[in-house]
Amino acid sequence: MFQIRIHGRGGQGVVTAAEILSIAGFMEGQHAQAFPSFGSERMGAPVMAFCRLDEREIRLREPVMAPDALIIQDTTLLHQVDLFQGLDRRHGYLIINTTKRYDELGIGEYVNSFLPHHICTVAASEWARKFIGRPVPNIALLGAFCALTRRVKLESLQEAVLEKFPGRIGEMNQKAAAAAYDAIRLN
Amino acid sequence: MTQRVKFYQTGTWTVGNRLLDAEKRTVQATTERRNALTSGHRACQGCGEALGARYAVDAALAAANGKVIAVNATGCLEVFSTPYPESSWQLPWLHSLFGNAPAVAAGVAAALKAKGRTGVRVIAQGGDGGTVDIGFGTLSGMFDRNDDVLYICYDNEAYMNTGVQRSSRTPAGARTATTPAVGPHPGNPPGQGKNPALIAVAHEIPYVATASVSDLHDLEDKVKKAMSISGARYIHIHVPCPLGWGARSCDTIKLARLAVQSGLFPLWEAQDGEITKVTPIRRPVPVSEYLKLQKRFRHVLKDEAMVAAIQDIAERNIRRFGLLGQGEE
Amino acid sequence: MLKQIEGSNAVAQAVALCRPEVISAYPITPQTHIVEDLSALVRQGKLGNCQFLNVESEFAAMSSVIGASAAGARAYTATASQGILFMAEAVYNAAGMNLPIVMTVGNRAIGAPINIWNDHSDSMAMANSGWLQLHAETNQEAVDLHIIAFKLAETISMPVMVCMDGFILTHAYERVDIPTQQQVDSFLPPFAPMQMLDPDDPVTMGAMVGPEAFMEVRYLMHQKHLQALDLLPRLVDEFETLFGRRSGEMVAPYRLEGAKTVVVAMGSVNGTIKDVVDDMRGEGAAIGAVKVGAFRPFPLSGLRYALSAAKRVVVIEKDLAPGLGGVFASNVRMALRGLPTPVYTVIAGLGGRTITKAALKETFARAMADEIEDPAFLGLKREIVEAELARMHEKPRSGPMAENILRQMGLVGYRL
Repeated sequence: MFQIRIHGRGGQGVVTAAEILSIAGFMEGQHAQAFPSFGSERMGAPVMAFCRLDEREIRLREPVMAPDALIIQDTTLLHQVDLFQGLDRRHGYLIINTTKRYDELGIGEYVNSFLPHHICTVAASEWARKFIGRPVPNIALLGAFCALTRRVKLESLQEAVLEKFPGRIGEMNQKAAAAAYDAIRLN
Repeated sequence: MTQRVKFYQTGTWTVGNRLLDAEKRTVQATTERRNALTSGHRACQGCGEALGARYAVDAALAAANGKVIAVNATGCLEVFSTPYPESSWQLPWLHSLFGNAPAVAAGVAAALKAKGRTGVRVIAQGGDGGTVDIGFGTLSGMFDRNDDVLYICYDNEAYMNTGVQRSSRTPAGARTATTPAVGPHPGNPPGQGKNPALIAVAHEIPYVATASVSDLHDLEDKVKKAMSISGARYIHIHVPCPLGWGARSCDTIKLARLAVQSGLFPLWEAQDGEITKVTPIRRPVPVSEYLKLQKRFRHVLKDEAMVAAIQDIAERNIRRFGLLGQGEE
Repeated sequence: MLKQIEGSNAVAQAVALCRPEVISAYPITPQTHIVEDLSALVRQGKLGNCQFLNVESEFAAMSSVIGASAAGARAYTATASQGILFMAEAVYNAAGMNLPIVMTVGNRAIGAPINIWNDHSDSMAMANSGWLQLHAETNQEAVDLHIIAFKLAETISMPVMVCMDGFILTHAYERVDIPTQQQVDSFLPPFAPMQMLDPDDPVTMGAMVGPEAFMEVRYLMHQKHLQALDLLPRLVDEFETLFGRRSGEMVAPYRLEGAKTVVVAMGSVNGTIKDVVDDMRGEGAAIGAVKVGAFRPFPLSGLRYALSAAKRVVVIEKDLAPGLGGVFASNVRMALRGLPTPVYTVIAGLGGRTITKAALKETFARAMADEIEDPAFLGLKREIVEAELARMHEKPRSGPMAENILRQMGLVGYRL
């Protein structure tokens, strides 16, 4: 089983990201489960969402306590919430939406122990602003997730995005996801 | 329109039916009247509510060619009409709870619409407690959604079924079991209560009317008119209660008439949020004429200031509705 | 058709497949997505002539489906938590009038303190209302239970609640096989009520019943539940034949062979429990589990049979009878009456408290050593409770405990 935890704030599409990732997994024949941290839905409040991918039926209902991959949509949460709880630095994946360097974020030392190809920063809000016109980083980050972890194919993600957002919004999000994917793959 | 008969055969103005054209006679006067609430029920002698309900439901049945479903709130009307295993109702009738008759009726109307059973109409009925107090939220919801239901409230101004406790329709000064005639301010405190018919108008529903068992022609006309309209409709009928009011059973109609003629219970109609018709007072009477026939006001009559305050309420109604004017007949 | 969708969305599609004629609802978290989806389907004309009532309260929601059902329509509503208490009077009324209404309950705690997260105290509060109560483990089961519920309700003329854990199921995306309209139609015939409000055949419904007959009416309700105990397994079989999967079992054993310790639970926590059982079995522990799929009718004999070989029973329960312990556990004890088997009550997940594999495993281990308090409270923060108890002892006066505890914890937001 591969477990993903996504952190962000209300309005940034955190829950939607987990849902879309589960749809992408499902499209590849995987069993997938996605659910939110069940908070109030206030804009701007810290929010997290979970996704599990497995070859077998997923029965477990606990929140993702020990993620294999962590996606951070909003770095202003870094020193407010215990974002890294349960993340294994030797094997885990870390994807952060930022244009800053790790030491600028104050986590330079923390990220040292990750495998280099297990960690990345993505200018997801910038990609979103460019392709969607709004800084909603969730789908671009999923593009980076596909590139980094290879747990889900970009094509499946693109298909899932379109299922969730049929039409133009979906297409714009697809472009943001592809751009982020390419940026990580080429790195 | 009701034809006003100027020939008064008796002091009670009940005459005139046989002098009218056949189609203008009351439903109650015809041999085909359906007796929706048939004899054998257990209402008290002189019960205004039993009378009002039979008048109103018979008129509704006549207007809808017998295709009516009635929903009833808990209360006197429900209890005296359906002691298991008997029923006095000659139409499909459903009782659920005290405070939900408007919502239940909305559900019945929705079911009829879903099933395509057009032509079957829904009425709901309850007393003042069930309608104006505990059921008021559901009533407002029914008005808000403009559900295709005619709601009829039989207002006897207190919780009679449970032993005469105060409701929000209990008039100023009246003694009830929970507003006893003791202390420096005996009876129901003035300045309280609400006017559900005016609140119904504020919902801008298609039709609102007040009616009284003292004016059968007017009551039946209003039911008939209400049945000719679809959407949410509300008729508020004043029904004296001999037991709760401390009045003689033979005075039910007289009391209802005095309430109208004193200005305490104005008769009017409204459509789509506007008052369209007011029944003028023909022979005004002071409120004391009305109060003195009821034991619930006995202590009030000893208190000039209180009688004056009640008279003020009547005067305000007369001004507000133009009850002494040339109101449309 | 297999879909990866949200539980609420899946349930809305299942309800739609049952061809409801009147839907009435008042919004309450976490039920909202279900009725939002249904209102859209009605607006799109996908449910034929179905009427959707936006009512002003849960009391009106239940009242209007009472009216609709009495007038012969297949009627549905959904609620949760405070909503089910707000409609409580009408919930009892629907059962007393034998109206086959189906209602989804997105199980959620009851306040105060106000809490929007999952436990079972809402549906449990209506346990003796006369309604049948089915509990879903997964969203697939939630979908299937709704289809079964309409048939069950209409066959024995009793209302049915389909309980699904709020958020944990209602807001979870997972794989669900949505049946075809043809499949559902072949299982669920149109609603044909025994009696209904009809001017051509007028009946009086809801008459007053005095002491001379009330006992008999209530006894017959008891009989309806006994009848449901026979009927539901047959419907489960029939469903399996048509849909190719087994859903709605009242008693579903899991790895009971040789199990000395058996865990009993309702709802979604059974998934986590099964994972724990697998782990512990792997370590050689003689442990198994039983999922109870119906709280009403309560499967006394089925459960007794399933638990007959157990040396001890551990009930995981998302509800609390203060001062007594478990509500569900008391019912389980009833199934084992006369037997010496100890039944340990574990109160867990109240107000959405996370139930982790680790905590369950530790609890089961203690139970297997018969070293568990009864009732036990899974994950209870002892230090917080004891500090507040000490404060109350020092300065006894009335007032809310919740705010004191939050102050003590310095809690500002939700944590795992």
